[in-house]
Amino acid sequence: MSDLLGKLSWKAAIPADLITLGAAIGMVLIVVVIAAALLYFKKWKWLWKTWLTSLDPKKIGVMYLVVAFIMLLRGISDVVLIRAQQSVSVGASHGFMSPSMFQQVFSAHGTIMIFFVAMGFMFALFNLVIPLQIGSRDVAFPFMNSASFWLFVCGAVLINLSLVIGQFSGAGWLAYPPLSEIAYSPSVGVDYWIWGLQIAGIGSLLSGINFVVTILKMRAPGMTMMKMPMFTWSSLGALALVIFAFPILTVTVTLLYLDRTFGMHFFTAGGGGNMMMYVNLIWAWGHPEVYILILPAFGVFSEIVPTFASKRLFGYFSMVLAIWAIVFLSFTVWLHHFFTMGAGADVNAFFGIMTMIIAIPTGVKIFNWLFTMYRGRIRFNTPMFWFLGFVACFTVGGMAGVLLAIPPADFQLHNSLFLVAHFHTMIVSGVLFGMFAGVTYWFPKVFGFRLNERLGRYAFWFWITGFLTAFIPLYILGLMGATRRMDHYSASLGWQGLFIVAAIGVALVCIGIGFQILQLVYSIWKRDEYRDTTGDPWDARTLEWSTTSPAPFYNFAVIPEVTSRDPFWEAKKAGTAHDKPAAYHDIWLPKNSGMGIYISGFAFLVGFGAIWHILWMAVIGFLGVIVCIIIRTQDDDSEYVVTAAEVEKIEKEARKRFA
Amino acid sequence: MSAEVTPKNPSRPEVDMESKTMTGFWVYLMTDCVLFAALFAVYAVLHNNTFGGPGGPQLFDLPSVLAETLCLLTSSFTCGLGVLAAYKQAKNQMYAWFAVTFLLGATFLWLEITEFARFAHMGDGPSRSGFLSGFFTLVGTHGLHITIGLTWLVLMMIQIMRKGLGENQLRRLTMFSLFWHFLDLIWIFIFTIVYMMGAS
Repeated sequence: MSDLLGKLSWKAAIPADLITLGAAIGMVLIVVVIAAALLYFKKWKWLWKTWLTSLDPKKIGVMYLVVAFIMLLRGISDVVLIRAQQSVSVGASHGFMSPSMFQQVFSAHGTIMIFFVAMGFMFALFNLVIPLQIGSRDVAFPFMNSASFWLFVCGAVLINLSLVIGQFSGAGWLAYPPLSEIAYSPSVGVDYWIWGLQIAGIGSLLSGINFVVTILKMRAPGMTMMKMPMFTWSSLGALALVIFAFPILTVTVTLLYLDRTFGMHFFTAGGGGNMMMYVNLIWAWGHPEVYILILPAFGVFSEIVPTFASKRLFGYFSMVLAIWAIVFLSFTVWLHHFFTMGAGADVNAFFGIMTMIIAIPTGVKIFNWLFTMYRGRIRFNTPMFWFLGFVACFTVGGMAGVLLAIPPADFQLHNSLFLVAHFHTMIVSGVLFGMFAGVTYWFPKVFGFRLNERLGRYAFWFWITGFLTAFIPLYILGLMGATRRMDHYSASLGWQGLFIVAAIGVALVCIGIGFQILQLVYSIWKRDEYRDTTGDPWDARTLEWSTTSPAPFYNFAVIPEVTSRDPFWEAKKAGTAHDKPAAYHDIWLPKNSGMGIYISGFAFLVGFGAIWHILWMAVIGFLGVIVCIIIRTQDDDSEYVVTAAEVEKIEKEARKRFA
Repeated sequence: MSAEVTPKNPSRPEVDMESKTMTGFWVYLMTDCVLFAALFAVYAVLHNNTFGGPGGPQLFDLPSVLAETLCLLTSSFTCGLGVLAAYKQAKNQMYAWFAVTFLLGATFLWLEITEFARFAHMGDGPSRSGFLSGFFTLVGTHGLHITIGLTWLVLMMIQIMRKGLGENQLRRLTMFSLFWHFLDLIWIFIFTIVYMMGAS
């Protein structure tokens, strides 16, 4: 029996401490309640048919949003634990968490926030916006898109499952060896981390290929590369980075798994391994990853600013150049994450200088947005608030980054809370604010009604004050010598006050999240009042606003012809924006497919079997994935047709509201 | 070769599967290229870390590796002939060429497995040293790709027997031949960097 289940046993599986046990029970309860509710209201079939098996990128995008938001709640609960522990664990008190649990909490926080929140929001926006923005009905490979999403879900499930069965990695969000090697982390925690990332990462890679081909091959007639909207350009940059960076992640975590499971010596301290090679490899992926996250956020702002300033984007060409400069340079700076490796003054100088240089294209973009606003007629809707908050904080955080790029300064600040404050400024006020702005901006296009403005502003103000209250103390603490990842410190250091201030900041952020949930619920309740009848609630410029809201499942009844950079804006000025097309044609769309879910289910078996060393389960999972793919490729009848008459009927209904 | 493929529907000109899929496959090959680049980098870092164990000169049997190389290069050539036959709809010719391709690929794989088994038998498996971890993983990943390629080839032949040589099948054969040539290219680097430079 014990052979059949590998390392898995009741004793290994059940959480050892009360907080984890409580979280695990809570999580299981929520899942059970939701499943029971669906069963009770007989909604399973509806959910399966209209959502889970859908290949419509808009629906897949919404599902990404839901998963990312749930993961945000998980990630933020980890923050609450971290900040609470650090506020009280001083002097004689050791707080309420054991050091090993504290390690798991901060490791889970970083992993979840980057891989499942930031990446989730990013892929949500790609799915929701890119096909509409380039005037296409779909992505290049609709089925692969669904499979990517479900692999992402599979990764998220594995990471969260570690709460219930076994434990999570305590080796930090990037699991540096030798700590993450089997000698020092003998539990399954690091394996959960490896397989959660591996499976979600393969999903991201497939998505990357998919959207690159979508952008390159499926643009509306007339939309040349230099007429593409800036969000599409930024996404293309980010996707190019996905394609070149994610294979490195795949290799790196695989090698770590080979070390841990098969006793190989890639990164071990003995046996001829080289642990610094891991750090180099993981950052050769990790630094581009930072730009994978921030470029789409830049793209969101490049859409929002011209729209709400009612002016065309300043410096389109320099924006494109800046994106590609960032894409290229992001592969030349990875060593700045570990100047202390001791590579020597020449190497450190090179990477320090490259790091300062990459700030230049970023600066170009900031100035372009500001010049776009200059002498514009600015409307202060919620997305614009997020933008202004972003510009102020991001610039400060960026300058902290340039400071860290100076190797001698970095030797002092390495692994301190100053660094933690720096990258949180970039990721919270950059990526997260960008994603919030984007979701608010495109919400009416996806759901057909706007979000409440007042509650959105409340959420913004709580977020930004909370964010500053949480992280300004960390800059100061870092300069005072506080290192990251401490579960306890001496009272004589006098740090406790600042840690308490930071904890208050987190409380404010939580109120902000509360307002976001309230905003969503209230807007759904009042959706008839907020309904977008025009398809163009913000007086915007790009193609996605030319179709009705919510966008019909075929996106465009007739594929638009593009002749300029702001095609919809030009059409509105010419008065041709809402002309009835001469004729409708049949539309071909992909049929639903549950195969993505099955593939993800088998991938889960591979991951779970590999984590707990259950060979038969991993083999079944692997064969299952292959069989699913074979079955799918045998199916040549994967599309259905919407006839011209049906399209005309739907369009007539929708167009009634224009009048 | 995409000239004769007409889109299904005039209102959806972008539904040119040929062009989309081929672009997608090229992009996939680039990601695979990065994957191998990372493994080569790892091998380059670890190739002297023999940790008291044997190094390349003690282990490598160059004549056998040369035989592997010749098998794979020839299989790439016959694969190309097979695709040409497929585009001429010369089915029997195509089956013959792909059968040769399969046999050569399988011989390659067999030689590689024999080599791995020989090392492991001498106690020089992948956990012996950093060098051997890097060696087995780099060469083994290539071998894994070859295995996937051979499986793919068999499945595709079965599909062609059942469904004939339609547009979808021709496209998939073209993708397979790209994949196969790509593995050839990777092998040339492995042959040069791992074996020839490592044996001296």
